[in-house]
Amino acid sequence: MHRFANPARFLRLAAAIQPWTAAATVLLIGAGLYFGLIASPADYQQGQTVRIMYVHVPSAWLGMACYSTMAIASAMALIWKHPLADLIGKSAAPIGAAFTFLCLVTGSLWGKPMWGTWWAWDARLTSMLILFFLYLGYMALANAFDDPTRGAKASAVLALAGFVNVPVIKFSVDWWNTLHQPASVTKIGMPSIDPSMLLPLLLMGVGFTTFFVTVLLVRVRSEIMASKIRAIRLMQIHSTPGAVASGEVVG
Amino acid sequence: MTRLSEIIRRDLRLALRQGSDSIMVVTFFVLTVVLFPFGLGPETNLLERTSAGILWVTALLASMLSLDRLFLADYEDGSLELLALTPTALELLVIGKVVAHWLTTGLPLIVAAPVLAVLLQMNGDGFATLVLTMLLGTPTLSLIGAIGAALVLGARRGGVLLSLLVLPLYVPVLIFGVGAIDAAVQDLPSKAQLLVLGGMLLAALPLAPWAAAAALRQALE
Repeated sequence: MHRFANPARFLRLAAAIQPWTAAATVLLIGAGLYFGLIASPADYQQGQTVRIMYVHVPSAWLGMACYSTMAIASAMALIWKHPLADLIGKSAAPIGAAFTFLCLVTGSLWGKPMWGTWWAWDARLTSMLILFFLYLGYMALANAFDDPTRGAKASAVLALAGFVNVPVIKFSVDWWNTLHQPASVTKIGMPSIDPSMLLPLLLMGVGFTTFFVTVLLVRVRSEIMASKIRAIRLMQIHSTPGAVASGEVVG
Repeated sequence: MTRLSEIIRRDLRLALRQGSDSIMVVTFFVLTVVLFPFGLGPETNLLERTSAGILWVTALLASMLSLDRLFLADYEDGSLELLALTPTALELLVIGKVVAHWLTTGLPLIVAAPVLAVLLQMNGDGFATLVLTMLLGTPTLSLIGAIGAALVLGARRGGVLLSLLVLPLYVPVLIFGVGAIDAAVQDLPSKAQLLVLGGMLLAALPLAPWAAAAALRQALE
């Protein structure tokens, strides 16, 4: 783990991995969409609307997985002061917020024909909404300080405090008697979902994950670049005589 | 233990001498609750049914109102750094400050709540549960709020940011607080909700000061 604390080494590794994850994303989501939209049967009860599941469920998984990534990265940043962990947490937050938002929107679109309502104050839906607000709070806090390192540390503490919500989301369908259906894929024993539907769902799930990894790598690389540019500009300012005195400070 | 009581006594003395916080919080609570019958209409059934929710949401907002002052005054005049330099653990300092905050803002709310429940036509069966849920719930609110108050020290627009951070974490307390009162009003057992509220308090008691102290350390770096 500490091997990758060196940004140069991380950049080389990221540049090597990124084309592969990007290619895997295109293939997996492409195949998932083909099987999900064309080659899989419509549900005997839900009809064609069941196809919303192939976007809704993976984005819910990723919404929680991003938060877990953020929480683990935050713990690493706080405990070992790992320089890249801060960047990973900061970069994962907008992606996770987008997945959570996508999950809420597709869930709402799915809920209207199935439950007859866009929104229900059900435990699973409410806890997912809270997750979305936690992402917003995290991003707001990370950008609220003049000193970016202080923002990174404060938001890391918040990410860990908010992590209590993730198991609540996961088990909300088991703890409360909810409108939202209980887990059907991660059941002990056989999943209660037909293989013809499980295949596109899993393809999309893995595809969304590789998409997350790709975007995360892009964002972390650009964060490293941005801090390099900042350092170069500062060096230029200090090497140009009189630049500081004349107030030509470039942020 | 003596150190803890020293911190509590210091904060209480400061709060009593400056005097305004408790009165302002209670006034806010009363005024906001009184707004609801104007907004919803004075229909008895409607008020009776929504009274638990109105009281809890308003109490939650009122207790949040004074949160940003929990550490800010000490942070700005530098006494927080001196307190951090004393041999007292920072976690203990947080607990002391939270206790003082709860005594000056949480407790007055609990006293005011039954009176307002009368105004909102709450069923008499709910009164004892209302006070009980508030006794268990408001300390949890103060504890969770301390994390937020410590995190926003030195931030731009700290007060608004604080509500964005803390309100999502307040939701579980609200759900079970209102749930217990609703159950009691309908003559159903409310023990389960009360136990969950107690559980949340017991979990927040060690964890929140720990997180808030970690946040304070970063603010003082």
